Amino acid sequence: MAVAATTKTGARPSWAGRRPPAPAWVGTVPFLAYVAVFLLWPTGIVVVDALKNPNGAWAFSNISELGNPLVRGYFVGSFKLCLLSSAAGAVFGAILAYAVASGDPDGLIRRLYIAVSGVLAQFGGVTLAFAFLVTIGPVGLLFHASWYFDFPWGIGLIYTYFQIPLMVLVFLPAIDGLKVQWREASENLGSSSWQYWRYVGGPLLAPAFLGAALLLFANALSAFATIQAWENQIAYIVPQQISTAMSSEVGLSSVNVASLLALGLVIMVAVVMTIYALLQRRAARWLR
Amino acid sequence: MAAITSVGETPIVGPAQRPRGMQAGRRRRLNAFRYVVFTVFGAFFLLPLLAMLRFSLEGAKLGTWSLSAWRQIASYQGSGIPPLLSSIEITLELAVITCAVMLVLLVPTMVWVQLRVRWLARTIEILCLLPLTIPSIVLVVGLGEIYVRIQRFSLSALMLFWVYVILALPYAYRALAAGLSGIDVKTLSEAARSLGASWFTVIVRVIAPNMRQGILNAVLLTWSLVLGEFTIAYLLLYTNLQVELYSISRNTPNAGVLFSTSFAALLFAFVLLMILSYVGRARRGRG
Amino acid sequence: MTSSPVTRTPDRATRGAVEVRLEGLSRHYGPVVALDRLDLTLEPGQLVALLGPSGCGKTTTLRLLAGLEDADAGRVVVGGRDITRVPANKRDMGMVFQAYSLFPHMTVRQNVAFGLRLRRVGAAERDQRAMKMLELVGLAEQASRYPHQLSGGQQQRVALARALAIEPQVLLLDEPLSALDAKVRAQLRDEIRRIQLEVGITTLFVTHDQEEALAIADRVGVMREGHLEQLAPPTEVYSRPATSFVAEFVGLSNRLAGEVRAGSVVVRGCTLPLVDSATPDGPVVALVRPEAVTMASHDAPDSGPLVGTVIAVTFLGATSRVTVDLGDATVLAQLSTADASALPASSRVALTIRPDPVLVSASSDPAISEAGEEA
Repeated sequence: MAVAATTKTGARPSWAGRRPPAPAWVGTVPFLAYVAVFLLWPTGIVVVDALKNPNGAWAFSNISELGNPLVRGYFVGSFKLCLLSSAAGAVFGAILAYAVASGDPDGLIRRLYIAVSGVLAQFGGVTLAFAFLVTIGPVGLLFHASWYFDFPWGIGLIYTYFQIPLMVLVFLPAIDGLKVQWREASENLGSSSWQYWRYVGGPLLAPAFLGAALLLFANALSAFATIQAWENQIAYIVPQQISTAMSSEVGLSSVNVASLLALGLVIMVAVVMTIYALLQRRAARWLR
Repeated sequence: MAAITSVGETPIVGPAQRPRGMQAGRRRRLNAFRYVVFTVFGAFFLLPLLAMLRFSLEGAKLGTWSLSAWRQIASYQGSGIPPLLSSIEITLELAVITCAVMLVLLVPTMVWVQLRVRWLARTIEILCLLPLTIPSIVLVVGLGEIYVRIQRFSLSALMLFWVYVILALPYAYRALAAGLSGIDVKTLSEAARSLGASWFTVIVRVIAPNMRQGILNAVLLTWSLVLGEFTIAYLLLYTNLQVELYSISRNTPNAGVLFSTSFAALLFAFVLLMILSYVGRARRGRG
Repeated sequence: MTSSPVTRTPDRATRGAVEVRLEGLSRHYGPVVALDRLDLTLEPGQLVALLGPSGCGKTTTLRLLAGLEDADAGRVVVGGRDITRVPANKRDMGMVFQAYSLFPHMTVRQNVAFGLRLRRVGAAERDQRAMKMLELVGLAEQASRYPHQLSGGQQQRVALARALAIEPQVLLLDEPLSALDAKVRAQLRDEIRRIQLEVGITTLFVTHDQEEALAIADRVGVMREGHLEQLAPPTEVYSRPATSFVAEFVGLSNRLAGEVRAGSVVVRGCTLPLVDSATPDGPVVALVRPEAVTMASHDAPDSGPLVGTVIAVTFLGATSRVTVDLGDATVLAQLSTADASALPASSRVALTIRPDPVLVSASSDPAISEAGEEA
């Protein structure tokens, strides 16, 4: 690395006859270059492509295409699925997280559920769809759910399979952050269990809960593999439509559609993540 | 699909405060609640996995048992697609390369930033967490042009590592940051440098061994990410493990080998994370 | 440090203060016995401090009284009513925790008014009573702030206001000063006592700091391994310790070999009265307080049992602790710094022991070494 030639600690050396050393930030160039090429550049391509015509001219009006009923249908589909799976994931995940948090901090159950959550939160994708197919699909071992191929219910259920563990991972620290003294003080002052949750526990956990739910929402927005393996003939959500647009052979215009959809999607995700970050800060202040 | 874990949280959750004595009645109600919750959720999570396992052990006739699906992992070849084994190999190699590149890229950079370029720390952090906000499905749309150029040099699916490192950044960054925060980088490196060590030595032989836990975390997370990646490989028309499984399922939806391979992959990931959990605990116990 | 008045006139108005009786309380966690048939009575309006090393059961006692844990055996009687089976939220007690107990999402005023809110007190009255409490603890100006904006000492005062706002029958304080800086600790300690006396509420104060206990309690209960070793006013606990553990735990003690003869003990040539004059004759270890030892410079070359050399002088501010080597024993003496400055290290001194009543134990009593280590 060029940085090996830079200053050692100590008195300022004299550089008579030699080049002065490169500034320290040069050492971060490999990383920055890498990220620029493989993250920022593709993103830039998406944004630029979304705002250009097939013949290469700028067309900011393309954004209005996002209002096109057909396109809107995909966003609505995405929204429905994400809302369903993140709501279910948040509620059930919170219950599970509370059960895990209220046990022995070093116990087997806690480690087990955390490890399992870690695996299952990443599970998703193709293999998950297979697993559900043989559980409640047409030849399901448990039973055949007639709604298995219904949108958003069938796929929504599959999504909760990784949303719940993700919720446990994200929300557990918040529950851990509830100090036992608050509960005891509240009881001592005369509150019942219900009153504690209503006035103390609930309000304190609310930002963390909402934040985690939003994270689940963003997570679901981006998911593609699972739904693709579940049912790839009909496109219900934006990622599937992006995939179709990318593989369709109708010249450059299809790239623009894909880019436009991608832009719309990333804006949605960015908005959700920003609100999440803000809520996290509030939660962290109380529950650290 | 890459799961988004929260910003600023490590994926591995540590132990909590120890609960003190509780009133007996409340404890009883709590234990009943926990029992019910764990049973219900345990069933919910286990059933699909067990179904998958059962299906993987299904014989020629319904209701019989057979290990053929498992044996097929080594030999399966669907029409028009590469053999399953080669996809598994490619994916494993991809995982190794991605981990290596990720470490070489991130560890020196993070150490350097902490020592000399503090003002860039926030920027680096934002860049590393950015992939959480720019999902694979979006990224891949813009990657086409770049991969066209890459494919002039090599058509191998191993070239996917370039973008996989990016996907791994958020998880690896947080794991490594947690590892770095536990050691005094400045003092260690100054001591080593004053003894005449080169920067390479400082990073490889002084700092890295002291953040073993963080590095292990980062590696295991990256590993499971690569094993589970589908979207980018699929849309860039490469074949990795997940794409292969997908393709097989399009041709023969109930192929036993789908379930045996999936279950094996899942088990593998689980073992990795259990290792992570126990290595972490041992460290804390000593410290 | 000014000392605050500890004495109370017996007929002081106690505004309906109640008596608290703990009878035969026992509690164990698995094989560990936290409390073993503890009997403790708090007179109405009294402040009793429970003092002891960690693990002695003092916090467990408090938590059992508060109802945060269940006793395995025994009764808790408050104001004549058996409340052993009453859940914590119905016990009408105010508790101040060691730390972290203020609700971070509520302002100071809301925190203090919380108990009142639970009792469905109207908003206006709630506010008024909360402000009154805040004035009592001197934090009326901080009413609209949030806990994280206050210092540790201020937070504990809010906690006290919150506990008192519901006008409980009993006040419980679980090491409220342990998490604070030394200076704040002393100030707040006196504040708490002042407020407790003003309100006249029966109070249980748990601490591991003997200075705190001695400074503000009406009676001090020294605990060890689930038992109450002694329950007495602070002066008595200090000068007439009931057991050697108490003698070692509360204040410093010199352990000097001596012999009991006819109701007194002879220690290195000095005859001292005994705390327990019925002690049988024989060799013992006498526990002598450092402040009972005085010394003067000794120029003569002869030596006696109480002649020795100063090894070290530890400056403590107004007083100094002088360590003297007597050849076969080491003695700690506490002198005013002015006196101690005349006797620097390696000067020869002659000691005298003031004839205060002294506690003795058989020389092989293991309790001495235990308490000595924990103190």
